[in-house]
Amino acid sequence: MTSNPQKPSFKTDRSRLFKDRFAQFGITSGGVMVLVALLLIFFYLLYVVQPIFESAKVEKRMDIQLTQDKKYLGVGVEEQTEIAYLLGSRGSVDYYQIKGESAGKLLDTLDVELDGNVTAFAESAPFLGQYAFGLDNGQVQLVKPMFTVSFPGNQRVLTPRLSYPLNAKQLIVDEQGQAIRKFAFSHFEDKTAVVAQTADKRVIFASFVAEENMFTGEVEWAVERTELDIDGRVDELLISPDTSRTFVRSANQVYVFDSRYASEVELFQLLAANEENANLVDMNLLAGANSLMLANDNGEVSQWFEVNTDDGRQFAKIRSFETPKSKQVKLFSEYYRRTFFTTNENGQLGLYYTTSEAHLWQGKITDKAVQKFAVAPRANAALLLADDTLTVVELHNEHPEVTWSALWQEVWYEGYPEPAYTWQSTSASDDFESKFSLVPISFGTIKAALYAMLFAVPIALASAIYTAYFMSSELRRVVKPTVEIMEALPTVILGFLAGLWLAPLIETHLPAVVALLVLLPIAMIATAFGWTKLPAKVRHVVPEGWHSILLIPVVLIVGWISFAMSAGIESWLFGGNVRQYLTNELGLTFDQRNSLVVGIAMGFAVIPTIFSIAEDAVFSVPKHLSNGSLALGATQWQTLVRVVLLTASPGIFSAIMMGLGRAVGETMIVLMATGNTPIMDWSIFQGMRTLAANIAVEMPESEVGSSHYRILFLAAFVLFIFTFVFNTVAEFVRQQLREKYSSM
Amino acid sequence: MVKQWFKSGSPWIWMTGGAVSISLISVIGLLAMIAWKGLSFFWPSQVVEMHLDGSVAKQTVIGEIYDREMVPKSRLEAAGFDLSGYNSEQIERLLVKTGNREYVELDFRWVLSTDIKSQSTPAELAVFERSKNGNFYGYVARVLEDGKVVTDQPIERLHELVERAVDLNDEALDLQNSEIGHINYELERLRLKEKSYQLDNDLTEEKLAELNARRAELREDYKVFEKRLFELRKQAKRDQVVVRDMRGEEVTLPLYQVLDVWFPNDMGFFAKVGHYLVQISKFVSDDPREANTEGGVFPAIFGTVFMVMLMAVIVTPFGVIAAIYLHEYAAKNAVTKMIRIAVINLAGVPSIVYGVFGLGFFVYMLGGSIDELFYPEAAPSPVFGTPGVIWSALTLAILTLPVVIVSTEEGLSRIPSSVRHGSLALGATQAETLWRIIVPMASPAIMTGLILAVARAAGEVAPLMLVGVVKMAPTLPLDGNFPYIHLDRKFMHLGFHIYDVGFQSPNVEAARPLVYATAFLLVTVIIALNITAIGIRNHLREKFRSLEH
Repeated sequence: MTSNPQKPSFKTDRSRLFKDRFAQFGITSGGVMVLVALLLIFFYLLYVVQPIFESAKVEKRMDIQLTQDKKYLGVGVEEQTEIAYLLGSRGSVDYYQIKGESAGKLLDTLDVELDGNVTAFAESAPFLGQYAFGLDNGQVQLVKPMFTVSFPGNQRVLTPRLSYPLNAKQLIVDEQGQAIRKFAFSHFEDKTAVVAQTADKRVIFASFVAEENMFTGEVEWAVERTELDIDGRVDELLISPDTSRTFVRSANQVYVFDSRYASEVELFQLLAANEENANLVDMNLLAGANSLMLANDNGEVSQWFEVNTDDGRQFAKIRSFETPKSKQVKLFSEYYRRTFFTTNENGQLGLYYTTSEAHLWQGKITDKAVQKFAVAPRANAALLLADDTLTVVELHNEHPEVTWSALWQEVWYEGYPEPAYTWQSTSASDDFESKFSLVPISFGTIKAALYAMLFAVPIALASAIYTAYFMSSELRRVVKPTVEIMEALPTVILGFLAGLWLAPLIETHLPAVVALLVLLPIAMIATAFGWTKLPAKVRHVVPEGWHSILLIPVVLIVGWISFAMSAGIESWLFGGNVRQYLTNELGLTFDQRNSLVVGIAMGFAVIPTIFSIAEDAVFSVPKHLSNGSLALGATQWQTLVRVVLLTASPGIFSAIMMGLGRAVGETMIVLMATGNTPIMDWSIFQGMRTLAANIAVEMPESEVGSSHYRILFLAAFVLFIFTFVFNTVAEFVRQQLREKYSSM
Repeated sequence: MVKQWFKSGSPWIWMTGGAVSISLISVIGLLAMIAWKGLSFFWPSQVVEMHLDGSVAKQTVIGEIYDREMVPKSRLEAAGFDLSGYNSEQIERLLVKTGNREYVELDFRWVLSTDIKSQSTPAELAVFERSKNGNFYGYVARVLEDGKVVTDQPIERLHELVERAVDLNDEALDLQNSEIGHINYELERLRLKEKSYQLDNDLTEEKLAELNARRAELREDYKVFEKRLFELRKQAKRDQVVVRDMRGEEVTLPLYQVLDVWFPNDMGFFAKVGHYLVQISKFVSDDPREANTEGGVFPAIFGTVFMVMLMAVIVTPFGVIAAIYLHEYAAKNAVTKMIRIAVINLAGVPSIVYGVFGLGFFVYMLGGSIDELFYPEAAPSPVFGTPGVIWSALTLAILTLPVVIVSTEEGLSRIPSSVRHGSLALGATQAETLWRIIVPMASPAIMTGLILAVARAAGEVAPLMLVGVVKMAPTLPLDGNFPYIHLDRKFMHLGFHIYDVGFQSPNVEAARPLVYATAFLLVTVIIALNITAIGIRNHLREKFRSLEH
């Protein structure tokens, strides 16, 4: 109506063209964006996972030149890595700023209250942050450098101070007042103990218990002293934080004392611990104080911890690490993780993680011999003191416990009798070591999928073959959607039925399940045989391709019989209780929610997937192929096996792949129908934990950015890749098949 | 003969036929079982009074028979029952729901049929549905109205009084949720406003005074409502009913805890049907009680529907645009083919993987950034940086995107190219052809895709457990407080409800029928959606088949 009839114009309206361009641009960019968003899943998972495989990094932050006249015994750093402190040989503590504008500045010097001259110095376990001076009068003074936080003018200011964990009381270790040469101490919760060597070569173990005087209200120390019997020289002393173990290194031997009870400190074990052709030079305890680390002068570092043996618990050498060759290797541990550091006289630093046997980082930091070393509480920085230079380095070492081998190989964890695959991600305690082996949960995934496939594949394929090849077409039109509708059934419902209905049912009717397996095929064949014996008149009433309808009552009756006689079989063969029989006679553990239940429930979820694709594949085999075979005299069954199935086999393969992909990633059924214990056992009567269920259980509680969080992402990534590859192969095979058919 | 028969392969054909029978039986059996167990729960079953003696001490048990099973005698004897007087191999055992949870140890108990000496169903037996402690079974001894015994037709009066108490309770709850809830919400908003002024260093005297004035106003209102609330509660507590329970003791039940009372043994068929329908409507419209093990599932239905609708709004445009791009604009080459396969395969990636992605990307990354930018005053408690309904909808949108794309593409490819060519030949641009011809013709396919996506999303639980679903949400994501739609809130979901009640609740036996009912509800919705989708698809196929010729 709007166009002018007199002047026909063949020029398209510009706005229409613009709209067309605009639509093309909009749809293309929109479409590409959506597809990119889908790709994003892949990359995002990778992005979260990737840091766990990054190697550790060490970067030098700064060097501080110290005043020459002081000799320092110990160093330390505060949690925000803003201030470092150095403990001097005269009992002074120097605080240096190591971050921000005034980095390198000496902030303050505080003096420790001491009643004598310093003759020895010792550090506590790193997480306690305590230091102690041994004096020439046989006493020990504990001190803890601390900081007061204040916010003048909305700015955070740290003021250094000294705190005395024992209220400035000095511990009288040697009653004879001999100077202390070497010592170690621990003051943790209500336990306080010191082990010291005095000037006259006695080794004294002293345990202190605070007691309040009833009259004066003053705290007094109840002391228990024991002299330890050591042959030869004493090189080093150590006490575990809970004071239960005391270690004395004498040349290449380590005396381990059981010092749980102060009144009876006895020798627990004597270790000849040096490597071949090497001598011990240092020892230290790992975080958690279960492991003793020993360094040799050839650079070898070995880890020892207690394992159960025939003679009770004994320290055993678990593993050793090659560190750069040097004569003076020194060992340091972290606050909570099982990382340890080595330094040596060549100025080299090494980072290692014990459990994962990871060599995280090695390198040279300074040219001089490293004398003192300290790690920051969050393990994100470290201090090295070499001569008169204090070097601050930044550590990037977020996930030392995760390595490819720790995830997939047997790992010997502290306290375990042997290397094992273990998944145990969380615990209440701070120094608990998480055990991240993906093997048990991957095993569980495969086990669940396998049992499900064992149940699903025969039924689904047989149904697909019958429906596609033998069934009458009007019946097929009803049967196919009925089976396929199951695919839409929420798996939470299947899981709920499996857990609350099927599991107890199977538990009480286990013989019925076995009987069904045996009786059903027999009954079917018997029915089939009986059918041939029926008069032809009767047989012709039922149209061809209705076998399955005829068999429905048979299956129902056999099912009913099996369940009805279950109790009978049970009391006849198994003394009335199959569970007890399994446990006592066969030694099998029976979980109520076991693989059998999962197999059936998940098999049920997988059947429609396999059925649908396999049925399509068999049905679309060109009719002239089967007709030709039949015309040549082959029977229906021969045609099916030799011609139809052979042609459709790629499609059937792809159906099984799709089913497997679904079974591997299924979450709710496994979550609800098993006990979710990460065990490795093929037994059909036990449960499992799968990757997917593991994610569902643990993800909400895992801390963002932690190793645990990233490993769960890794599990998701593995699932993603696994199913994606399987499905792609299946889809590719299917498309090839489609082309093949169309050319036939 | 038999050998010949085996050789012909016909037994194997029967075997494959048998597999179909097994599949059919399990499919239909499963659906029938869910339907039966889910629906029969609401039927007012008979309440039986049994007198027991034998292996247990002499006593009376009143309750509903929930289940019965046969147990081998040997097992019972091993458990310490003396059954020497009985010859049969198996002995029947009844599961009786006795209710009265606060007076007996267990509200479910197994009773051996051999112990039942006599059994009856007296018409006077009453069932009280209570807001706390589950059902109560017993005989009504007397009705107390304001402390006085009702003598004139006490049962009719009891019904009236129960109704009155229920109404008063409803009113009180309504007041608490809407008016008082609104005041609390406003107060919280004022607190955040003050904090945000503080953060901007903009908290002047006037502003503070204004905020405080508003606060005082709200507190005044609060006092009024609170008074009214206490008044309502006091009134609701007025009446009691005294019931004689199975121990023979009289128990006084305050009527404000009674939700309903009925006499199932005295009901005719139609009365039962009426009661049945009322119970079903209550199930659909009520809030859950007693840690979700009783009451209705309304918040779960609402949460599911709301989340799925939100998802549909997100997924439809993106899915359709991607499909149109793939089918109409993208070059027909190997890359497009690969993309297509990849999209199809994404539908097979386990849903939990999408959940992990949603948690990491949407909740922590996107939500965390939104909080930092727009809600600094709420810190440290997160607003969007925590699982919520919007993140659930987005996660499920990504999950169902392949479904919509595949279905739409299928619809597009079914449109004969002659239609496209015709339109182009008449001078329409490609955009016009798309908009006027192709998309309308493909709209049923888009619809199918959307329905399938909705059906899949409604049944998905695993990813939601990570990105927003909770067992008990105090408020719905939609309410009368500005801005009315709260996308950051957590929500309840039918599927998760099944998981939670079935597996995390302390009293699984009591909750089980409710779980079946919920499962039935969910299955009905999903199967109906799927059948609709299949119907539309088949209809579409027929339509285009006729177009081609």
